[in-house]
Amino acid sequence: MTGTTFGAVPWGPPLGEPVPRLDGRAKVTGSARYAADHTPAGCAHAWPVPAPVAKGTVTAVHRAAAMAEPGALSVLAHDDAPRLGDADDRTLAVLQSPRIAHRGQVVALAVAETLPAARAMAAAVRIECAPVPPDLELTPEHPRLVTPEGAESAQGDFPAAFHGAQVRIDAVYSIPPLHNHPMEPHAATAQWLGGRLVVFDSSQGSNAVRDALAALFELEPDQVSVVSEHVGGGFGAKGTPRPHVVLAAMAAMAVNRPVKLALPRGLLPALTGYRASTLQRVRLGADTEGRVRAIAHEVDTYTSPLSPDWRERATQPTRSLYAAPHRLTRERVAPLDVPSPSWMRAPGECSGMFAVESAMDELAVACAMDPIELRARNEPDVDPHTGRPFSSRHLVECLRAGADRFGWADRDPAPAMRRQGRLLIGSGVAASTYPAEVIPSSARAHANPGGGFLVEINATDIGTGARTVLAQIAASTLGIGVDELEIDIGRTDLPRAPLAGGSCGTASWGWAVHKACGELSRRIDEHQGAVPAGGLTVTVDTTEDLATDDQYTRRSFGAQFAEVAVDVDTGEARVRRLLGVFAAGRILNPRTARSQLLGGMIMGLSMALTETSTLDLAFGDHPERDLASYHVASCADVREIDVHWLAEEDSRLNPMGSKGIGELGIVGTAAAVTNAIHHATGVRVRDLPAQPDALLEAMIAQGRI
Amino acid sequence: MDSRLLTSAVTLRVNGTVHRLTLDNRSTLLDTLREDLDLTGAKKGCDHGQCGSCTVLVDGRRVNCCLLLTVACDGSEITTVEGLSDGWSLHPVQEAFLARDAFQCGYCTPGQVCSAVGALREMAEGRPSAVTVGTEPPSGAAEIRERMSGNLCRCAAYPNIVRAVGDAAERAAEWWERTP
Repeated sequence: MTGTTFGAVPWGPPLGEPVPRLDGRAKVTGSARYAADHTPAGCAHAWPVPAPVAKGTVTAVHRAAAMAEPGALSVLAHDDAPRLGDADDRTLAVLQSPRIAHRGQVVALAVAETLPAARAMAAAVRIECAPVPPDLELTPEHPRLVTPEGAESAQGDFPAAFHGAQVRIDAVYSIPPLHNHPMEPHAATAQWLGGRLVVFDSSQGSNAVRDALAALFELEPDQVSVVSEHVGGGFGAKGTPRPHVVLAAMAAMAVNRPVKLALPRGLLPALTGYRASTLQRVRLGADTEGRVRAIAHEVDTYTSPLSPDWRERATQPTRSLYAAPHRLTRERVAPLDVPSPSWMRAPGECSGMFAVESAMDELAVACAMDPIELRARNEPDVDPHTGRPFSSRHLVECLRAGADRFGWADRDPAPAMRRQGRLLIGSGVAASTYPAEVIPSSARAHANPGGGFLVEINATDIGTGARTVLAQIAASTLGIGVDELEIDIGRTDLPRAPLAGGSCGTASWGWAVHKACGELSRRIDEHQGAVPAGGLTVTVDTTEDLATDDQYTRRSFGAQFAEVAVDVDTGEARVRRLLGVFAAGRILNPRTARSQLLGGMIMGLSMALTETSTLDLAFGDHPERDLASYHVASCADVREIDVHWLAEEDSRLNPMGSKGIGELGIVGTAAAVTNAIHHATGVRVRDLPAQPDALLEAMIAQGRI
Repeated sequence: MDSRLLTSAVTLRVNGTVHRLTLDNRSTLLDTLREDLDLTGAKKGCDHGQCGSCTVLVDGRRVNCCLLLTVACDGSEITTVEGLSDGWSLHPVQEAFLARDAFQCGYCTPGQVCSAVGALREMAEGRPSAVTVGTEPPSGAAEIRERMSGNLCRCAAYPNIVRAVGDAAERAAEWWERTP
């Protein structure tokens, strides 16, 4: 973690200002080029053929019909595809074996002169396989559920304390599989140029893509260039290299010309990761004043044969959230024959906080306490898991500030009491939290002799505004305006930097940019302010600055408030108002930060009410693979929504004093919404999403309507 | 198979420029724009008419051009996001999207912008939507939300999109009048 000493970026304009996005004009005019917007001369098109069964072996690949298509170039499969090296990620070992690990895994790749031809070829390829029965169903009794090392924690004597508690909550919550579905499907355009591999990829971190491609094609990293200049969202789905980029490079090698591959939307759930379903049991034991004495959070989830070490770490936030002397967390994971789960916005935290924050609401009801007072009463002095102090923690302040803004004081806690015509109205609250991490990065800053500066770093802007905020950090450090420098990001030819993920991009990149620009300023001062002919260049790396330091727990916090209306005739719940109040250190660009936090909250709203997928036990894949059957929030789903933040000073983070905000906004939102549904209807939603059929049935069964 | 049976000659007028093309009959307008004319502003988000990222204006109406076969557009007047600005001065909707930060990753943005241009025209013409009440000309946030719901944005810039489209309403109408 972070070292304790570093120079701070001078706080003041342009840092902290609502600077418009530097790439805004390119984006609204359509001139920003994403991975599939590049068409090198002679470019061919590839289309994947997915495995039709969940487990088994490919016994034959019938190519004749496909190769009869005019413009057909090749059908690659395990029997003729180039052999790959080892990239330490089995999802990337594409077309290397006849074994089928999950339905939807790519078993062949059609390559043609044109896109319609490639698509028709893929449909004409006939895959013969020998299926074997897959293991697909997660149950709490699954014989292969294991608790990996580090996946459990215990303090005190939970069973005894829970047994002896005056008030006990013991409930099971479930979240279905959820799909990231960034608007840009994963795409890559690959070409081989004299032994060099050049790829345009939709990735959150192109250095990892370069490393993987170098290992797979047995090249030196500097023989591979990966460009991710503009990326159409990711939400974790583009956080690590995905199979499409390997397939594109392989096809380009096989047909000896550039190849473009854009995954069909329907293959994203199978090939690019998703939030695995979780079954979560939460037990809270408290006294009648709502002081929690015992807290347990146990999670069952699954992974795939290709990602054996993966798990949705849903108990992680619970460890540090509320004070209680007796604690237990445990995550169990079963390897199933399913597509590989992976990161989806706030992995672990988002899942776990739905359960824990729902249970806290249940406890508030059981203790007849206001849910905000209940949380305030259980605020820990230090991180209860590690005993370390928090570098800063303003959860209670967020709750209180939000209560004021939302009009919480007038709230009657009794459920199912407010009816307006066909609608039952209710409000709910939940906490948000996410770790504030930082990763080593490098950066380069250059001063031109004739004036002007260039800052270079392989950061990625997936829509966060990274390009803009890094320019602000550089400009503030150099004491100039944003328009006096150029910022260049999104290519592996630039200084190596970590991915846009884990809410640590700005902290990690910004630290390196600040360091480079600070040293450049000193160099300019050494030249009495005159930049010599040829300019001055400084390249830095922050690895040593980020010396091990376990003194503090660093997390952002927030509070989310929702007002819902539930139709008693249809069971449809709508969010009428949503408010988030966050404490995430200094907000470096309020314009882009606001957008990002709003976006997270809306994704959380969507998780609460509409997003659901099924692991189909007949086919072993998700039937809800497209945007017509998997419902992400649309414009009309979002009514009144607002976001605020507290002025939080924390000198123990990084030179900017900032915490990441990319994921914080989605954490807790779903619980705030379902807690509001309980307040509205008296129905406790423990299984997401809160869809009309289930809600209507529960309201009838409980005699609420 | 005789490849002449698989292709057709098509004439398109795109952003004011006439293109005479011989195309695979299976080509969608989206693929023609992107792959044959290098107009990559319109994006492929789903290829199924479910997300709106490919929205362009065909003969003045907004369409999901991934669902439109190019051969069916012979003789049509097509405006893509590239055709809304003249390279320097932006369309009022584009300006409003910048002013309101109505996007994040930007991938759905060309479709949102074209859709907004079309939606504002529909509203100005008095065409009702599912939320239109009575006979008053449709306007306001609820109308915009309804009409823009065919354009998904996973970054969820919706609140800012609604404000941007509202801001642009008046000047967008002037733009239509200026456009031949």
